[in-house]
Amino acid sequence: MSFPWAQHYQPKAPFMRWLDEKLPLPRLVYNAIGGGYPVPRNLNYAWNFGVLAGFCLVLQIVTGVILAMHYAPNALVAFDSTEHIMRDVNWGWLMRYAHANGASAFFVVVYLHIFRGFFYGSYKAPREMVWLLGVTIFLLMMATAFMGYVLPWGQMSFWGAKVITGLFGAIPFVGEPLQIWLLGGFAPDNAALNRFFSLHFLLPFVIAGVIILHIWALHIPGSSNPTGVEVKSESDTVPFHPYYTAKDGFGLGVFLILYCAFLFFMPNALGHPDNYIPANPMATPAHIVPEWYFWPYYAILRAFTADFFFVPAKLMGVMAMFSSILVWFFLPWLDRSPVRSGHYRPTFRKFFWVLVIDLLVLGYCGGSPAEEPFVMISQIATAYYFLHFLVIIPLVSAFERPEPLPFSITEAVLGSDKKAVLGENTTPAT
Amino acid sequence: MATDTGTADSETLATEDGVRRRDFINIAAVSAAGAGAVITLVPLVSQMAPSKDVLAESTTEVDLTPIKPGQAIKAMFRKQPLFVRNLTAKEIAAANAVPLSDLRDPQSLEERTKDGKLNWLITMGVCTHLGCVPLGAGEGENRGEFGGYFCPCHGSQYDTAARIRKGPAPKNLEVPEYKFETDTKIVVG
Ligand code: HEM
Ligand code: FES
Repeated sequence: MSFPWAQHYQPKAPFMRWLDEKLPLPRLVYNAIGGGYPVPRNLNYAWNFGVLAGFCLVLQIVTGVILAMHYAPNALVAFDSTEHIMRDVNWGWLMRYAHANGASAFFVVVYLHIFRGFFYGSYKAPREMVWLLGVTIFLLMMATAFMGYVLPWGQMSFWGAKVITGLFGAIPFVGEPLQIWLLGGFAPDNAALNRFFSLHFLLPFVIAGVIILHIWALHIPGSSNPTGVEVKSESDTVPFHPYYTAKDGFGLGVFLILYCAFLFFMPNALGHPDNYIPANPMATPAHIVPEWYFWPYYAILRAFTADFFFVPAKLMGVMAMFSSILVWFFLPWLDRSPVRSGHYRPTFRKFFWVLVIDLLVLGYCGGSPAEEPFVMISQIATAYYFLHFLVIIPLVSAFERPEPLPFSITEAVLGSDKKAVLGENTTPAT
Repeated sequence: MATDTGTADSETLATEDGVRRRDFINIAAVSAAGAGAVITLVPLVSQMAPSKDVLAESTTEVDLTPIKPGQAIKAMFRKQPLFVRNLTAKEIAAANAVPLSDLRDPQSLEERTKDGKLNWLITMGVCTHLGCVPLGAGEGENRGEFGGYFCPCHGSQYDTAARIRKGPAPKNLEVPEYKFETDTKIVVG
């Protein structure tokens, strides 16, 4: 597709030749994820997570469509229908646990995928559009997961919906009418549950569409790599198939082992027991928390306890929470260093790890009750989070002295320029 | 605006400032279609607003006789909790002792209750931060540092007049519209 030396699709079977003339779909696949897509030869396992995220989306769609065959989106029976799936539907327990843990697995994989981007500077030119579409996918995923969590209509579902739609109430002037419009009522009820179900069904397919754009944009410059040095010649690349289909296949195996460990041995470890209590609009659970993958943002939301200049605390918290992800959209322009990879950026690399720790601290505080010392720690960690993106990254990229880069990917791998030959390292069968 | 449509007479029909008669048809057609598209959005957007049954005026009656001074009950109003509290003389004094300038959302107890019924504090049980039900209406629940209500979600503290004193909530607990039907019965809504 992108490099002149890419292999060409040559259908052999008469049927495939006939199909190629009428609808060149196999050709599209071949050029996208087959032998026709040349990929840097030095990708490490951090490059597995894109394919794994795609796998998770398929997993969620398959299990989700099945759940929707048995689930009833009505406030009177939603909770019971979820229990019906768990107890009566054949293999229903498996589908529901696979879907609930699949959502967690999806977020684990996507977080690793995003942090791969942070470390290796994948967001930089010429891949800004890939990054922007990626952040869009993440926002859509968050909306999807939030609405999915409301569907079982347990206590956490109900109060999660109330708190999150309450965020919109913070917007000056239009906030309260907007919140009532979103919910179709004064508090979450049947109208809200029904629309959340409709959108929860729809959004994954929108995500699938944006993923196609994400990959399309990626295939114009081609994948980046751990050195961050662009592909210069054919010897820097290998065909996606069989090299990376095999590597991704191995990664998928490891992923499935970990996923199944949760699915079969601790399916409720990541959930909250209060969601097995039916929704009760009259009593708030003592400690409302979202799912683990939202904890860092929840900590940022709660970090604002006093009015800030003339902005009310509540509005500040909401703005900070949304900005914490929106700031990623600006990253390609905040980080001005011409060197992509953190391997060659000694100062950047250290701050990268501080950011990782900062997010883990925020996550821990977001999952804890709103008490001291967690509130104070969240405040410090929130301040650092924004400092990292808005001050540290631009300053480091201006003052840092990067280490010398290798001349080419091939040189980085072999110490010399040499073409990779398919099967060169295999020993002949004896 | 006057791009050539490629027909011979468009040239001849062009007036001096480059406007052609066909431009009128173009603009009229696109505007009509655009206005139609915008109007179509009205039902698409407003179907999400509360439906008639949700809006149907719901009023709630509360009998005050069983509520002794110092006690409170939780009733339900428009599917949301309503706190009805009978304040003690001490709680009233505590509320009145606070200078209004100390408050985030300045309101006196008098403004928040009906004339001559200073002890009956009727508020929504919906935290003005993000909508949790604060604790304090039930027997033995945590009433926070200011002796009113305490929201466990993000730690907002309300005083004995249910006014916000500490934490992230921006406003006092809302006082809904209500009236005293008799001395011992209120109608909310
Ligand atoms: C981006 C992909 C998706 C994510 C992240 C996601 C996430 C979730 C989550 C977190 C839950 C709550 C699970 C629980 O606690 O029980 C849920 C429930 C549900 N989801 Fe999804 N979902 C996705 C795709 C889909 C799709 C494509 C469908 C249907 C077409 C679907 C249908 C359902 C149904 C019917 C439920 C309610 C039953 C239950 O609670 O297990 N989901 N989803
Ligand atoms: S909802 Fe009450 S403090 Fe946040």
